[in-house]
Amino acid sequence: MAIVETGSVAAAAPAAATPRAATRTTWARFKPTVLALIVPLLLLAFWQVATTQQWTRLIPTPYAVGEYMIDFAVGGIYDDAYSATLTTHLLASMSRVYGGFALAALFALPIGILIGRVPSARMLLDPFLQVMRPIPVTAWLPLSMILFGLGAKSAFALVCLGAFYPILLNTIFGVRSVDPKLFEAASMLGCRGNAQFYKVVLPAATPSIFTGLRLGLGLAWFVIVVGEMTGVPQGLGAVIMDGRTLSRTELVICGMIVIGLAGYLSDRVVVALGNYLLRWSPNHHG
Amino acid sequence: MAESATPIVEIKGVSKVFQLQDQTIHALSGANLSINKGEFICLIGASGCGKSTLLRIMAGFDQPSSGEALMWGRPIAGPDPSRGMVFQDYALFPWLSVRANIGFGPAARGLGAAEVKAIVDKFIDLVGLAKFANAYPHQLSGGMKQRVAIARVLANDAELVLMDEPFGALDAMTRERLQDELLDIWERTKLTVVFVTHAVEEAILLANRVVVMTPGPGRIESDNALDLVRPRDVASPEFNAIRRVLSAKLHSHHGKKAA
Repeated sequence: MAIVETGSVAAAAPAAATPRAATRTTWARFKPTVLALIVPLLLLAFWQVATTQQWTRLIPTPYAVGEYMIDFAVGGIYDDAYSATLTTHLLASMSRVYGGFALAALFALPIGILIGRVPSARMLLDPFLQVMRPIPVTAWLPLSMILFGLGAKSAFALVCLGAFYPILLNTIFGVRSVDPKLFEAASMLGCRGNAQFYKVVLPAATPSIFTGLRLGLGLAWFVIVVGEMTGVPQGLGAVIMDGRTLSRTELVICGMIVIGLAGYLSDRVVVALGNYLLRWSPNHHG
Repeated sequence: MAESATPIVEIKGVSKVFQLQDQTIHALSGANLSINKGEFICLIGASGCGKSTLLRIMAGFDQPSSGEALMWGRPIAGPDPSRGMVFQDYALFPWLSVRANIGFGPAARGLGAAEVKAIVDKFIDLVGLAKFANAYPHQLSGGMKQRVAIARVLANDAELVLMDEPFGALDAMTRERLQDELLDIWERTKLTVVFVTHAVEEAILLANRVVVMTPGPGRIESDNALDLVRPRDVASPEFNAIRRVLSAKLHSHHGKKAA
């Protein structure tokens, strides 16, 4: 006979009938959006005040940036060298972000699993990687340009480097911190040796690995500007560097906003994917 | 009938010594125990009496420091599907559904999908979780998780079920329910059960034989056969008489320790 103790999911309370309750549910629905918009709107207001009061003359007004953003996206206002080039630059940056990220995952996952599971691999690689890790991607820029030349290859290498460590560290952590009881449970159920790697270690490590991939992808967006300081003609980072040399601050701000939004959307997709794949995990909902 | 003469499990002079930093801990000292097929044995004692150590040696998770542990006359060399363990903290695979947790053993043995499904259906019904077949462990209550853990061991054809304080983390109502269900399963399947607990009442309610263990060093104090009729009534005078005797044995080491 089935016995339901406490775990059964109770049916949702009947839909509220009173107007007060209805207001409360409407508020509950929009609360996250409203709260999320408060800080950006305050910042925008501050920006507006600061520029119209001329506290600074070097930063354009929000309106000017907004207007330029439209021109950057679809053209038709200023018709300069950057009009209607947003898609080109965004796609160029995306290819480097995702390419560099994929390359990082390709290296970091197997190396992380190796370091996490094989003590001699850990002794061989861990100290070296711990020394390399604090060196910022910016510091690698000159060497990268010597090793990989000016252009896209260097950009890939730098983005890859930026995404590498979070994936590596979280993979190591994930495969090392498997509950020892699960190995005992698997072996008493007849799953031994190498089979335990696929049936226990990998699935148990997926939440950590996933966190590493998410952080890695975020960092890939984070380092894209440095990555595109390598003399590539296209890309959001290249646009920002051009804006800087041409003293076109509105171009710089447009590039920043696009990177922020693209990074955010890409993270949302990853989180949605994670919520689905890791729906078994009680503490993994982004 | 030749087989029934051989005990399913024999523990012969088993000792277990752990090295903890610079301390030597005698977890178990000179234990002898013989278990016949179909028995329900409770190992009972205060913490540090070696009851969990003895259970882990029977499971094959630990090896004795001296003496031997045998199953059907052969040394227990490591974990094996014929000896299933039910852990206090469940140790379910959190990434697998109830169904897949129960099917883990049969699938690991290389059975086909159809066979695994038939086995899972049978045992999911046995423990009354058909409605929760596709739930994940974190969605279940403690009692339901422990039912999955029991079903997973039974689905794997375990002859000997080893239970390490399996109901210790559950509330009283759920515990009673599961005790009844466990007895019911044991009577129907003729399994052999070794059940570790620190609750005297639980031991008397469940066991054919209660093995009392005492700590410092962990050893078997006495082996008590119970011939109470089932179902047992915890409020009956007979039950309470046994409870008094076992409680006294359980606390017998206190005097010795003070000396």
